[in-house]
Order: sequence, then structure tokens, then C-alpha cells
Amino acid sequence: MDTKEIKSKFPIFKNKVNGKQLVYLDSANSSQKPKTVIDRISKFYSKEFSNVGRSVHSLAVTATNRFEETRDLMKKYINAKYREEIIFTKNATEAINLVASTYGEKFIESGDEILITELEHHANYVPWHFIREKKGAIIKFAKCNDKGEVDIDEIKKLITNKTKIIAITHISNVTGAIMPIKKIVDLASQKKIPVLVDGCQGAPHVKVDMQELGCDFYAISCHKMYGPTGVGILYAKKKWVDALPPYQGGGGMIEEVKKNNITFPGSPTKFEAGTLQTAEVVGFSESIKFIKDVGIKNIMKHEKEILEYGLEKIKKNNSVKIIGEPKNRGSIISFTIKGIHPHDIATILDEDGVAIRAGHHCCQILHDKMGLAASARASLGIYNSKEDIDILSNAIKKCNKIFNN
Amino acid sequence: MDIKELYQEIILDHGKNPRNKNICKDFNKDAKGHNPLCGDKVHIYLKLDNEKKLENISFEGEGCAISMASASIMTEIIKGKQFNIAKKIQEDFLNMIKEGSKLNMNSLTDTENMTMMSLSGVKRFPMRVKCATLAWHTFIEAVEGNKKIVNTEN
Ligand SMILES: Cc1ncc(COP(=O)(O)O)c(C=O)c1O
Repeated sequence: MDTKEIKSKFPIFKNKVNGKQLVYLDSANSSQKPKTVIDRISKFYSKEFSNVGRSVHSLAVTATNRFEETRDLMKKYINAKYREEIIFTKNATEAINLVASTYGEKFIESGDEILITELEHHANYVPWHFIREKKGAIIKFAKCNDKGEVDIDEIKKLITNKTKIIAITHISNVTGAIMPIKKIVDLASQKKIPVLVDGCQGAPHVKVDMQELGCDFYAISCHKMYGPTGVGILYAKKKWVDALPPYQGGGGMIEEVKKNNITFPGSPTKFEAGTLQTAEVVGFSESIKFIKDVGIKNIMKHEKEILEYGLEKIKKNNSVKIIGEPKNRGSIISFTIKGIHPHDIATILDEDGVAIRAGHHCCQILHDKMGLAASARASLGIYNSKEDIDILSNAIKKCNKIFNN
Repeated sequence: MDIKELYQEIILDHGKNPRNKNICKDFNKDAKGHNPLCGDKVHIYLKLDNEKKLENISFEGEGCAISMASASIMTEIIKGKQFNIAKKIQEDFLNMIKEGSKLNMNSLTDTENMTMMSLSGVKRFPMRVKCATLAWHTFIEAVEGNKKIVNTEN
């Protein structure tokens, strides 16, 4: 893949950081945006803007059409069966909260079990914690092994007659472990337990096909998919969008409002209360087109190549310890350097224009388990090249030099 | 600026070999500080005598080189001083880190001044200011506060 050409499509790479060329290795946190996405938002505001789904004037019709086109594109992209299964939220966090609140409210009772894993991002734990508090439910954590992955047997072991939902990440945002979602769904469906997948690190990097995966819910943050901030997507199987009650109340999500009774329409309307992030949703259509143009297979192949190059290169530095050794790894390399705190690493790398993340990456349970307060994380996107890895590797050596270790 | 201005020898030395990093046995006041964004944690222990002199001060904690060095440097400098003096030093330090102003305590020795000034480079790294100031806020909390936990996010 010609990463020079890819990079040229992202205006951010024209800027210097601390006088250096930007080496962006924080895409798991949020990805950069292609010019087409940025331009689309600008064009929408300049030429097509109006609120969607409310007025009958021409602009409203155009805006509504553009907005709904993104839904159709997304339905196709993740191969959902019905367009009602695609619900816009503000991010994956809200998508998971939507499920936890509505499903939790209706189907989880005192003593029921919610099965998650030690790999989960706080976004896929805290919403369930609220339900635990509210309903007196129990959260069970499937253990992560020393390779940084969760074994399917570990999940099997924890499923009981009380298990009401399994909520798991598609790809760990720390160890990069790719979870065997299809197998987990097969296991769960034998017991009729719905499965929610936190797809934040999945959708931007691997092929996701809802009908093939078979999960009940899939949460996506579009800003990690070369899209604008403020847009998330919840895929929810038809049977659930029908069964679940509305999430938030307000305008746009009602059918009829009387003083003593209110009725609600079907999905997605009933889950999309209030004015949405219209321009961003429209802008996101260009992200899908961008990914389709490059091709998800090419993205996977390219990122794998850079990942393997990176792992090998970084492993050569004896002071570096890479976190996890999963069999199937997404585009994530978390690491520690002996004697240097991750925040110091991030500051020193930044000096060379290398943007990584340092901290617990919203996975405190996992870091506690590994006995770490924090780690450093380099995560890849379609624009990263072997040269980026070389610069990263040299910047890590600079850390060693400054800290004299 | 050069990254070496941030990671000066004095800071690296304090970061690697922190002074007064223990729980001093005679402490009568303590407070915890937490920087949730970074995960930096300090716990300050001190003994304030009847004349409000800081007879002893120590800390425990974990975090980046900047936060640990800053805690170490602070305990070294304010140990044995009157609390009202130590409080002025703290204010002076915060002004240096946040506003970039010069230290203007004339009661400090040249070495003490130099040691404190080694942290002045932090000013240029806004994301790291909280690392450098955590121990200093926590120290004041230990003496005056009632919260017992300092959280840099609120
Ligand atoms: C695995 C995972 N889940 C959830 C999230 C939360 O995403 P957002 O903050 O966009 O809702 C992230 C992003 O950091 C993530 O990596």
C-alpha cells in the first residue's frame, strides 16, 4: 500500500508537531480524518443544512435524505439485515449505555448475571455497574490469561441459567486480542443469551458482518473509523429494537403525545431523541466511502504488515516489554519500558512528533490485574508506515538515553 | 525547547532515588493525592509540632518521574521549616510552574532555589503541570484540609 498517497488524503499530516513530521500512533483512541470527510461537513453546512425529519421545506428534505443515506451505507457496510437495526448515538459509550439501560431495565432482575471480561473498556463495564446497583444484579468477569486474551472455555465456565447478557469487546484496546465473537455467539445462543459486542476496535480494522457474526448488539464509535466525533452507531438485531423500550425521551421519538398517554414509533426513531449530530452523520458517509475505496481487506493486510514489523522492531529493545501475546492481534502494541513511567515516555516521544497514548486506556481492571498503573500504547491506522515504526523505535531509544537505562 | 530541559539531571536523580519516600513513623497528619488522568498517586505524611513546625515529612506513591521528583524535592526543601514559610514556598512553586514567574523566597539557600527551579521546565508541558503540582497540593491538604483526598480533576 502506498502510505504516502494515503497520508496525502489526511490534511493533518501536512502540519508539523514540535517541528517534526507527525507520526500518529493513537488511532485506537481516535483516528485522523480524510479531507473528504472534512469537506463533506463543510459542504453540508454551506449548502444543505437544516434539521432532519421535521420540516417539509426543501432543505429539510435534502438534509433528511443525506442523513438517512448514511444509515443505508452503514447497514450495507456491516451487512445488517434491516435499516431499523442501525441506531445513531453520540458514541459507542452511549450505544452501550442505551442497551444497558433499556435491556437492563426490562430484562435484568435481582440475582441475574451479566457476563463481561477483564479486558473491557470502562465503557463496557460502568453502564453494567449501574444496572448492578439498580437491580441488584451480579457482574461476572471472565478472566484474561497471561497472553492477554480471554479463553472461550473461561466464558463457557461462567455461563449459568442466571446469565442475562454477555458483553464483550471485539478487540482489546490494550492487548489487541481479537475475541472469537462467532464462537461466543454460538455458545450463547444455545442458551438464548444475547451478546453485546463493543466493536470500537473492531469496526475500523477488520471486516464486520452482522449476519455472519450473529451478535445481538454491536457498538461503534465513528470517530475511530476516520469519521467525525459525536457519532456512534448501535447495531441492534430487529427482535431487540422491537422489544426494547425507548432510551431517552423528547422530540422526534414520539408517535402521539396526549396529556395522559404517549405512544412511540418503531426503531430507529424511538431511540433517537432530540436533534442529532446531523452534519457529522452526513460527514461519516464519506468515511465509509473512504474505507470501502481502500478496501477493508487491504486495510487488514496493510495493518498486519506494519504491526508485525513493529512488534519485531520493538521487541529488539531489551528494556521494552510488550503487553500480551495474543494469538490473533489487532493493530495495537501496548508496552512498558523498564524504569520509565509511560507518561514520561509519551512526553519524550511527543518531542519527536510521535503521538502515542499513556495511561490505563480506560481499562483499570486489566491494568490492576497486570500489576501496572499505566502503560504506553502505540496503535495503528491505515496511514501508518514502516517509517513511522522506525521513528517510534528511535524515539524509544531516546527515552533509554535520557533515563540512562 | 529541548526535552532535556524537562528531564534535568536533578529531576532524574530525585525520580530514581527519591528522598523521604517512606511512611515517617511519627506523622500526625496525612493526605492522599490522585491524578486520575495519569494515575499518579501520592500519600503525604508529616509531623507538625505545637509551634507549627514541620518536624518531619515523607511520602509514598507511584507515578511518573516528574511527580515523584517533585514530591521528593518538596519534602527535602520544606522539612524542618515553619508551616507558614513552607506554605509560601508552595505558592511560589505553583506560580513558577503555572505562570512561569521567578521564585522570590529569599529565605531559601541557593541550592534549594536551584533544586526547585529544576522543575520550571514543566511550565512548557501543560499536560504535565498536574504531575508536578500534585504533591504540593496534597501537602497543604494534609495540614489544612478536611477532604484528605486531593483530586486534580476537581
Ligand atoms: C474498546 C473500546 N470501547 C469503548 C471505547 C469508548 O469509545 P467512545 O469514547 O468513543 O465512546 C473505546 C475508546 O476508547 C474503546 O477502545
